[in-house]
Amino acid sequence: MTLLSVRNLRVSFDTEAGLVEAVRGVSFDLGRERLGIVGESGSGKTMTGRSVLRLIRPPGKIEADAMHFDGADLMAASEAEMRALRGRRMAMVMQDPKYSLNPVMNVGAQLTEGLRQRDRLSAGDARRKAIDALEAVQIRDPERVLSAYPHELSGGMGQRVMIAMMLIPSPDLLIADEPTSALDVTVQAEVLSILDGLVRDRGMGLIFISHDLRLVARFCDRVLVMYKGRVVEELAARDLMQARHPYTQGLLNCLPRIGGSRGPLPGLDRNAEWAR
Amino acid sequence: MEQSDIPGHQAPLLRIARQAGATTAQLLVTFIGLLAVTFIISRVVPIDPVSALIGERATADQIAEARLRLGLDEPLWRQFLLYVWQALHGDFGLSIKTHQPVIQEIARFFPATLELSTLATIIGVLIGIPAGVLAATRPGSLPDQIVRLVGLMGYSMPVFWLALIGLLVFYGDLGWVGGPGRLDASYDMMMEFEVTQYTGMVLVDTALNGRWDMFANAFSHIILPASILGYLSMAYISRMTRSFMMNELGQEYITTARVKGMPERRVIWVHAMKNVMVPLITVIALSYAFLLEGAVLTETIFAWPGLGRYITDALLVADMPAVLGGTVVVGAVYIGLNMVSDLLYRLADPRAR
Ligand SMILES: Nc1ncnc2c1ncn2[C@@H]1O[C@H](COP(=O)(O)OP(=O)(O)OP(=O)(O)O)[C@@H](O)[C@H]1O
Ligand SMILES: [Mg+2]
Repeated sequence: MTLLSVRNLRVSFDTEAGLVEAVRGVSFDLGRERLGIVGESGSGKTMTGRSVLRLIRPPGKIEADAMHFDGADLMAASEAEMRALRGRRMAMVMQDPKYSLNPVMNVGAQLTEGLRQRDRLSAGDARRKAIDALEAVQIRDPERVLSAYPHELSGGMGQRVMIAMMLIPSPDLLIADEPTSALDVTVQAEVLSILDGLVRDRGMGLIFISHDLRLVARFCDRVLVMYKGRVVEELAARDLMQARHPYTQGLLNCLPRIGGSRGPLPGLDRNAEWAR
Repeated sequence: MEQSDIPGHQAPLLRIARQAGATTAQLLVTFIGLLAVTFIISRVVPIDPVSALIGERATADQIAEARLRLGLDEPLWRQFLLYVWQALHGDFGLSIKTHQPVIQEIARFFPATLELSTLATIIGVLIGIPAGVLAATRPGSLPDQIVRLVGLMGYSMPVFWLALIGLLVFYGDLGWVGGPGRLDASYDMMMEFEVTQYTGMVLVDTALNGRWDMFANAFSHIILPASILGYLSMAYISRMTRSFMMNELGQEYITTARVKGMPERRVIWVHAMKNVMVPLITVIALSYAFLLEGAVLTETIFAWPGLGRYITDALLVADMPAVLGGTVVVGAVYIGLNMVSDLLYRLADPRAR
């Protein structure tokens, strides 16, 4: 069953230096599954994710032939309708918690904000939910983290706070932008199993953006490979390591291999043809 | 395993208090420095304090007696210590013009300035911040253009010109406001005898005494000069608010707040504003300090018996104790304001604690 369908999505920035086309005609469907998006830096992964929430700020412009989420037409929805979807039915784990958390609000205030403001929970109830959410992402001293400020958190701690914050409303669609890049292996495994559980048990749809091809191959069901704002290849995750497309192969060749040759990493081969 | 992620979590208020202590020590040093400067000025200015005090035709005995009384025969370093000691006790000597203790005169003039500058700053903040925010959230729009134009005019128009035009139009032509002075002449006496002066600020004292008729009259007098000074303050505050706000609205955490479905009102006035306040506190304090010491022209045009005018008048008749006393007070206010803004800054920004 399709939760999200995107047809010919385009994102462009009209800058002084000229028109920057960050996303150039991306189409995909997402069911209640784990969809990975990989691609080199600047290939448009984040912009694709944000477009779904319609959160590209000016001068960025979103265009699409169609974009539907669970029956709602996202391109036609009013700003108020979008706001009702965001933070309740769709959420996004932001890429870099160092910049994505408000530096002058403590973690507790940011975590409970949605519960207090829109669900009208009491301070005590909201706090209890926040503590549960932090414990779920393996934070051992949630009380202390609640009263901490973002600059007092390590990168891994910040990522877990961000994940906890976005999972609190139990969204139907979660876009996770590099959610586990700063986590050590054991915590990463825990966080992934939480996400996995939400997809399996609650039928959440997950878009998992990552640089880590091995992780995506292991964790996701399907993968989109992006290059210069386009999807150059879409394939089942288990086939990712044997991908045929030369760009994907190039990405795979850039992965350091345990026990592999110690020589310099091969450069990523780029061909203008793939971006057509 | 990652418990140590949060460094030694001292109670923030305690930490702030400790830093405030350090700041106080710093400010005390600054204050002594200020006294040193005014002391040196008083010794190098070619005005003989003795003849200024007792007149040119005093006898040799009188002069010697006065020198002794002023401590002028002591070595310079002892004179300075004495000067610091007296200044710390609010003793700046007698005014040469009026023979009154300078500190008493300042105590009468300063509240007028304080009242005017405070009201002007309140006007500047209440209009300047929303105007700056409005402009920042709709860059290039008509409201933005208006805010920028009005702000630019605040920078480029001479204040005495604004004051004169203001008086001509709103007092002379329209009669909407009271004229120069703090009260109508008919209320001046009443103020002296019927109103207990708690603060020396007319608005505050009349309100505390429940004299609302006088309060209304005082308000009609202060509103024009306060609006003109408030306009200058507003021009500065709105411009800075606009630029701070534009910067914050470009940050990633703003997108995070929107991802959470927060209404734009909250994104701007809570998420962004809390960050804007950090640098804005300094801007507001600066503009307040500027008004406290820089309202001379306005005070002159509006016959406002404030500190700026007191110092200027004293300067014109070479009344050095009055000039130096006034200067020290202005400096002290500056230092105090600095301390308050530093404290507020730390409260607003957890990274600075
Ligand atoms: N405000 C902007 N103005 C102009 N171009 C922009 C703007 N924001 C993003 N872009 C462009 O959009 C393109 C896609 O960016 P995006 O953030 O989606 O990349 P990404 O795949 O997420 O990269 P990374 O892996 O580094 O996060 C980039 O080439 C970037 O230059
Ligand atoms: Mg990205």
